[in-house]
Amino acid sequence: MSIINNINKAFDHRIRLGIMSILMVNEYADFNMLKELLGATDGNLASHTKALEKEAYITVEKQFIGRKPNTRYSASKLGRLEFKKHIEALEKLIHKGQ
Amino acid sequence: MESKNYLQDISDIKSMMNKSSRFLSISGLSGILAGIYALIGAYLGYRIIYANNIISIDGYRTLILTENRLTQIFIIAFTVVVMAMITGVVLSFSKAKKQNESLWDSTSRRLLINFAIPLVTGGLFIIILMLKGGYAYVAPLTMIFYGLALINASKYTLGYVRSLGLTMIVIGLVSSYFLGYGLIFWAFGFGICHIFYGTIMHFKYDRINM
Repeated sequence: MSIINNINKAFDHRIRLGIMSILMVNEYADFNMLKELLGATDGNLASHTKALEKEAYITVEKQFIGRKPNTRYSASKLGRLEFKKHIEALEKLIHKGQ
Repeated sequence: MESKNYLQDISDIKSMMNKSSRFLSISGLSGILAGIYALIGAYLGYRIIYANNIISIDGYRTLILTENRLTQIFIIAFTVVVMAMITGVVLSFSKAKKQNESLWDSTSRRLLINFAIPLVTGGLFIIILMLKGGYAYVAPLTMIFYGLALINASKYTLGYVRSLGLTMIVIGLVSSYFLGYGLIFWAFGFGICHIFYGTIMHFKYDRINM
């Protein structure tokens, strides 16, 4: 039962899974990098980052590079922990199925 | 929910982690070609340096380098480096295109910056050394600094780059002890080792998505 509980609904989407995967191995990633890697549209990506931000799994940093606004994302401690749990749960489900 | 493909999720996670942290479009073939250019360059260099000198009892150790010959060698070295770089960029670009990745993104930028720091440091140091007349150490130092640059860059690309870097450092150190045989070590390091590791990388990575 506990395995199913660890499957995190907040990560239950390809784009969100992608965002978290990228942020797990990078100190930070900006909006364009995420967009390029995930092949998502602006609006789509923005709604998913917002959802993850709301859960406090990622932190958002807005700044200016020259005159251009730049948004940087990084995984929070909570986000890293929850994502790890999520992966472990996925792995356990796979092993169970085999 | 149970019918969802979790295996796909896991493999997506893994590939995204790799793609975002490492630049994987390095072409093995470009390593092989760079090695071949280096061997040709070394051969031409050998002819210029040794064929025109009377070799003493010491064998290779005494050389008379005229300014003219030095210029010729620099032109050869420069051509080898430029051709190797062009080949590397062109082949990596076509590989990136095949894998639907962009050649110029944050991972390739990071790779290039980390590769350039030790390399530029070494390059400047070697130029200063040559201005002071320390030609004997040029060949070993190019290999040592190139090896360090590879190791520094290897964190952001394929793991074999690290092994190549370590090999170059070892060859560089050995050749700094046996001064005067620089060109032979240089041909071995830049030529043979590039071809060797390039071949491994070509068969292991280049052909996957072809």
